Amino acid sequence: MANLVGTNFTPPDIRGKVTGRAKYAEDFRAEGMLFCRLLTSPMPHGRVRDIDASEALAMPGVVAILTADEVPEMPEPEDQILTNEPHFVGEPILAVAAVDEATAEDAIARIRVDLEPLPFALDPLESLRPGGPNARLSGNAVVPREEGVREVKWTEEDFAAVADGQLPMGEPTLTWSYGDLEDGFANASVVLDETFVTGGNCHHSMEPRTAMAYWQDGRCFLFGSNQSQARVVPGLARYLEIDQDLVVFIGEHCGGGFGSKGSAYPTQVVPAYMAKKTGRPVMMRISRAEEYAIGSARPGFQGRIKMGFRQDGRLLACDLYIVQENGPNSGFNDWMSAAGAVSLVYTPVAMRFRGVSVLTNTPPRGPQRGPGQNQIAMAVEPVLDKAARQLGIDQFAIRRINAPDHDARYGGEREPVTSSYMGEALDQGAERFDWQTKRTRSGERRGSKVIGVGVGQAFHSAGTNGFDGLVRLTPDGKLHIHTGVGNLGTYSYVTTSRVAAEVLQCSWENCVIERGDSRLGLPWNNGQFGSNTSFTMSRTNYAAAMDAVRKLKVLAALDLGGSPEDYEIGNETVFRRGNPSRRLTYAAAGQRAIELGGEFDGHEMAEDLNRMTKTAVQGLAGTGLIGAARDNLERTGMVPALAVGFMVIDLDLETGKFEILDYLGVAECGTVMHPQGVAAQSRGAAVMGVGLATLEQMAFDPQWGLPRTVGLYQAKPPSYLDVPVETDSDAVDQPDPQNPVGAKGIGEPLQGCASAALLCAISDALGGHYFNRTPVSTDMIISAAAGLPQSQRPLQVHTE
Amino acid sequence: MTDQHEFFKAEGRATLSRRDFIKGVIASGVAVSSMAYVVRTQSVPGRAGAVERLITLNVNGQTRRVDVLPNETLAMTLRYKLGLTGTKLACDRAECGSCTVIVDGVALYSCSTLTHRMRGREITTIEGLEGPSGELNPVQQAFIDELGPQCGFCTPGQVMSAVALLVDNPNPTRQEAREAMAGNLCRCGAYEFYLNGVMRAANSVTRS
Repeated sequence: MANLVGTNFTPPDIRGKVTGRAKYAEDFRAEGMLFCRLLTSPMPHGRVRDIDASEALAMPGVVAILTADEVPEMPEPEDQILTNEPHFVGEPILAVAAVDEATAEDAIARIRVDLEPLPFALDPLESLRPGGPNARLSGNAVVPREEGVREVKWTEEDFAAVADGQLPMGEPTLTWSYGDLEDGFANASVVLDETFVTGGNCHHSMEPRTAMAYWQDGRCFLFGSNQSQARVVPGLARYLEIDQDLVVFIGEHCGGGFGSKGSAYPTQVVPAYMAKKTGRPVMMRISRAEEYAIGSARPGFQGRIKMGFRQDGRLLACDLYIVQENGPNSGFNDWMSAAGAVSLVYTPVAMRFRGVSVLTNTPPRGPQRGPGQNQIAMAVEPVLDKAARQLGIDQFAIRRINAPDHDARYGGEREPVTSSYMGEALDQGAERFDWQTKRTRSGERRGSKVIGVGVGQAFHSAGTNGFDGLVRLTPDGKLHIHTGVGNLGTYSYVTTSRVAAEVLQCSWENCVIERGDSRLGLPWNNGQFGSNTSFTMSRTNYAAAMDAVRKLKVLAALDLGGSPEDYEIGNETVFRRGNPSRRLTYAAAGQRAIELGGEFDGHEMAEDLNRMTKTAVQGLAGTGLIGAARDNLERTGMVPALAVGFMVIDLDLETGKFEILDYLGVAECGTVMHPQGVAAQSRGAAVMGVGLATLEQMAFDPQWGLPRTVGLYQAKPPSYLDVPVETDSDAVDQPDPQNPVGAKGIGEPLQGCASAALLCAISDALGGHYFNRTPVSTDMIISAAAGLPQSQRPLQVHTE
Repeated sequence: MTDQHEFFKAEGRATLSRRDFIKGVIASGVAVSSMAYVVRTQSVPGRAGAVERLITLNVNGQTRRVDVLPNETLAMTLRYKLGLTGTKLACDRAECGSCTVIVDGVALYSCSTLTHRMRGREITTIEGLEGPSGELNPVQQAFIDELGPQCGFCTPGQVMSAVALLVDNPNPTRQEAREAMAGNLCRCGAYEFYLNGVMRAANSVTRS
């Protein structure tokens, strides 16, 4: 029996990726397919007064027009499918279907939309000012535990702090705290109070969110670009106002999501509604420029953090305030996650969090890799270094003394954690990186170049429970592992499926992963987001495989005598302990299960399964021995994924350019299930981390509210030339006790630790300069090196 | 923050039509293009100016006759007329390299190449790399071995750039490979793994 957990493998879908056979949403075709294009808002906030499409409809080749009046209106402030009150530039107002895209575009040019411009907000703080603009007619804030939107305004007195370049801190919409904050600050040797801005950035998934759809026998077939599989279906059903059993979702591959395609999103049902209206298949391709409007983005922060440290570096008190730029719609809870991250990663003895999430008429925000945790890592980690300098201790030491262990607590609720080897990650990384030697290079000069060293940390909550697993042993002796998780590109759909094979002691060659198409009978799995796949779906696959093992033993006892406890599995057989000749092969057991029926072949099933899993099992009933179970394993805490990055850079003080000389990322992901995969996540996330920290930007024209960063070359995700040709990665590889194979997720913090390490290294090269702003651009570095004031005002947002 | 309203007031009207607004923003130089992806896949009856031309292309060693519009890009012809969907479109404006194909031995962005200029040229797409019995090009195999692709959307373009590089320079240094591949963006950040693949493929080709 091969050891499948912890070993490398060739992913079943990788050959398709290198040969071009892998099908993404835009690669599907259907007979008679129409193309559809969107008419989108040219202004950041407006109201449709009239639409005159008569000229367009009369054009040859134009088949139909779909307006907001023909699709359901989502409850405010959710993202809309189509709208008569656009809240951002590029928000879809209507769609045109035609025989080809050029015709659809020509038709759109002839549609007259009378739009009434409405006030708009770009800067959260401006919106909070008395009399400031609201992004929505109903208000400017989404408030935790409240439905809808309301208005939040601060007083002029609240804004007095702005004159000193500090974040004003008016009435928050969320507060939590623990411990004695005042006592902490009173006993601190060093207290720092820093105001900071972290910029938003687009997701830049390489595959635009194209979709194709058609209807057959009342069912909607939708081919989309989504990170997840099962999780998408109820969302699509809601947008389509049909039962989820009538949605057939095909998502074999996803060309990048990074959080922006975790669940169903509204634009992807536009072709479905258009297909319903026209009776023909409809493809809607999304352009790169459109992707910058509807493709989601990371929220920005205007924040302030006060930290009080003991002489040895221990963090005694931390007071955090975040004003989040929420975009115009529901947005995402980055600000809350950021606060949770601070409570866990730096284990402050006392902490208070306050915040408010303010609506802006900028692209809708959603989760992006390390949502909140990675922004706050970039803001806080250089502050740690500033404190370390003042305390006269090493940057490593200040992190080590505050590192969370298994007793660490999370957030205002002080939730326990399942495991935390952050200290081990720091120690292991420092040794492998040779931190002690490399840190002595700090400040080394060669001409205009200077060496900077940095260490950064990040975290993400990375696992949950309560989802279902589904496996099937068929009479041909194959183990079919049905997975509904999705295929984001991490290959964790494979690693978690291998857990089922491991439990059933099946050779990997005899395993088939069923995925990517609702018709294959896929269980209710969590989405492939939040770094949760490894923890959550190794549990579901474990539960399903254990159910299959139980059924194999019961079945063997029925046929071969004795009781189920007398049987064991091995070599793809179930056999009697002490008498291996009394055995059934898995192939024979698959056949016998079909003959016996009942729970063996899926004609009966556990009551606690999700309805999606039940539907899947019903469809598969009678095809083999079916293992189907809900993950009812214990989980008594938050599952932390942790990461540490170590970096050495060579910074040119005259050009502001830097070269990364050395980078090591260390993953604390529980047991390593797929070494090559962890390395790919670590080093790939570091590339994204470089972009987040120094390159990627979202800028808007303040007069018209129009986006200025609508191309890859403007918004600037990193290229080959922005990152080193070789980096290093490692993992702690200690099992989490609440996962059957010890696994936790990891994808997200591996970005934040690299961003933080880079910013700390830049600060270090500049003698400890703290920028109070990300991304740190070359002109900011030049100004800092020359001792000149920065061109951006403190608290200014959307800077280039 | 209220600049827009001042502007509207100065213009002597409270509201603007979408068309006026677009005119205004074009004048301010920050218009958002929504016209990046446009292809006419079928002729529209009675449409003036829709001149179709039947031309011959050499794609992956095969002669293909195809109707091509004057302004049609190679990427569109490949994907929508020849059924070769391995060539990906991610930006359609020469920024990302996902659409890279090889023309007469040179890597080219097919999104920014007019198909009419491809007459008499040898075009190789990702579908044309495999041997007659499905054996992979050394670059493809090396990308599998090194776990190059993550989401995989940029992968065909990365493969084509790497193949073109190795035709030109069978023994590149890692630095040379990085520069040759610099026109291919990967949002998953798998650059290091693709470079590993290029170096592995170069070694395997040199050895054999």
